Amino acid sequence: MSFVSQFKTAASVMSKDLRHRKIIRTALSNYEIVRDKRKASFQDWQGARQLAAETKWEAVNHLDKYLEEFVAKIEARGTKVHWASNAAQAREIVLQIVADKKAKSVIKSKAMTSEEIHLNDALEAVGLRVVESDLGELIVQLRKEAPYHIVFPSMHLTRDEINVLFQSELGSANTNDPEELTMIARRALRSKYLTADIGITGANFAIAETGMISITENEGNARLTAALPKTMISLIGIEKILPQLSDLALFLPMLATMGTGQALTCYNTMYSGPRQPGESDGPEEWHVVLLDNHRTELLADAEQRDALSCIRCGACLNVCPIFRNVGGHTYGTTYSGPIGSVITPHLRGLQDWKHLSGASSLCGACTETCPVKIDLHHHLLQNRRNAVKQKPSFGEKIAFKLFAFGASRPTLWKFGMELGRLFQPLQTLLHRTPLDPVKPWTQSRELPPLAEESFKDWWRNRK
Amino acid sequence: MSEREKILGRIREALKVEAHRPGAHGDGKRPAVFDPKISSPRKWLPLVGDSVDEQLALFAKNSVELKTDFQLLNSADEARSAIVALRDRENWKRIALHSGELTNVICPSLNLPLLRTDKNYDVTELEKCDAGISECDAFIAQTGSVLVTNRSAGGRALSVLPPHHVVLARRDQLVADLPAAFELLKKKYGANYPSMISFITGPSRTGDIERILVLGAHGPKQLTVICF
Repeated sequence: MSFVSQFKTAASVMSKDLRHRKIIRTALSNYEIVRDKRKASFQDWQGARQLAAETKWEAVNHLDKYLEEFVAKIEARGTKVHWASNAAQAREIVLQIVADKKAKSVIKSKAMTSEEIHLNDALEAVGLRVVESDLGELIVQLRKEAPYHIVFPSMHLTRDEINVLFQSELGSANTNDPEELTMIARRALRSKYLTADIGITGANFAIAETGMISITENEGNARLTAALPKTMISLIGIEKILPQLSDLALFLPMLATMGTGQALTCYNTMYSGPRQPGESDGPEEWHVVLLDNHRTELLADAEQRDALSCIRCGACLNVCPIFRNVGGHTYGTTYSGPIGSVITPHLRGLQDWKHLSGASSLCGACTETCPVKIDLHHHLLQNRRNAVKQKPSFGEKIAFKLFAFGASRPTLWKFGMELGRLFQPLQTLLHRTPLDPVKPWTQSRELPPLAEESFKDWWRNRK
Repeated sequence: MSEREKILGRIREALKVEAHRPGAHGDGKRPAVFDPKISSPRKWLPLVGDSVDEQLALFAKNSVELKTDFQLLNSADEARSAIVALRDRENWKRIALHSGELTNVICPSLNLPLLRTDKNYDVTELEKCDAGISECDAFIAQTGSVLVTNRSAGGRALSVLPPHHVVLARRDQLVADLPAAFELLKKKYGANYPSMISFITGPSRTGDIERILVLGAHGPKQLTVICF
């Protein structure tokens, strides 16, 4: 099945799924309240957005300079930096480290980059035990699913479903209490932490000035992943750069506000190296893998370059009427929602993924909510334009030529309208039957009736 | 050519075309307040109040919301009785700590078996401890956070592995807001940063099951800040 038909099929199923809609509404209505409360606590949220956007603009538009600074600083403290042009290279680098260390088990904290390169499959293929430690990620891993949402991976599941899953996969007792379920996961993962050979993390920011990465989390699983295993690997998109350490004073609270509606998430941690002389714990080795994987292609599109400012807060997903109706899995992409629809055509091919840019009401809620002011809904329009430019549709071309021909000839236009009025009752008869000529459109809509009298006639006939 | 050179080459090639700046209107000039090189975010972030008392009150208010147990005390003696009371209430059998100006003064009164994380230690032993007691670099009124580093707080794991994290802090370690915390880090550590710096904001939590808040996901279920 092609990507577009997979999307259409899943979307039509999900948008009628009332159970799904109820879960998403409950989950997101509380989010909206706390997010707005946090936004209101800022002295000037719009000012904060502008400064954040300017800061990421500076970083992304001088990416070469800041990346080199970041790498020089972080290497000076004994970290090994690897560069990966694509997903295959990134997997290869990680597999090589794993082989060198003769590792048997890996513990991971949440990293979208690892989803992007399908790292778990690659690690399991060579016989490693891979455990996701973020609770939501663990749940979707046990279900052999992709994360539903960038920030809330298991948002689509109820406590009862998680109870059934934990009973069958972790052999736990029957309970649907969220607290007890969380403790089951905590206990199950503790021993894994103590025995894992390698810890893998992502990063939310990479600081050029001081050569640090910053990881934002609530559970403490990333803190443990970066403390206990002997080897640590961090998989980072090259666009994560921020110029200065003090920029985090703005970005950490903004990410928390938009991501989860917190003032600050529970742990915001900056790492600048493996265990240093005189330090009592931490990994002996730290590998940082810098991932391009088509990001430079997005960078080359100056019009949409600001999409690289994304801090993956998930706010645009939460407000998107499309995401809320069709759900995260329908997209079939690593990054879903508006930001996913914008960047996936760059990351995985415009013609295969242009339909995502069509699945939008262009309401602009995403652009309005984005904390770094990415012009998301205009980028969706630009993707549509670029897709047509790259591969024009013959049918559409003819249709518009015919329309232009008719619309610029008043007599022909009038004749067409009369014809329309005459045959419209027929369309009502055929409505939603296979004979309906505009069925794809009328399937979920009513065709508005033509006015009985045109404006021109009304104007001429008024007394 | 190495992958590094290839990627940097592609970046330089891409950046030959200039992108417009965010929200650039009219002459496209940027007011100085939005120049990230010179502007501090302080004027946009939540207000904290000017006096130390206001800021302490804000930290206390944030702590309630975060479910941090914040105890504002007046002397080392009070701190000693507070930690002994914690020991009795939580029934601690064994604790972990690092040595420091405050822990050395307060913790001997606990009379419990200790694990020290100043030098090489056994992680499985740390896992068996009922509480980890550490100092901090600062605590932040604006967000209710405690700022620790692996140098000031006994390594990377002490503040996150045991089920209860107790922080000992001096009153003068209060800073107003996040920008002040980063200024402090720069001043204190400068060119030689600890390899881990962490802002801890309340006990560990998750909302991954139906967005319902549960404390103690992987890190400590309880966070106590004893300030004197």
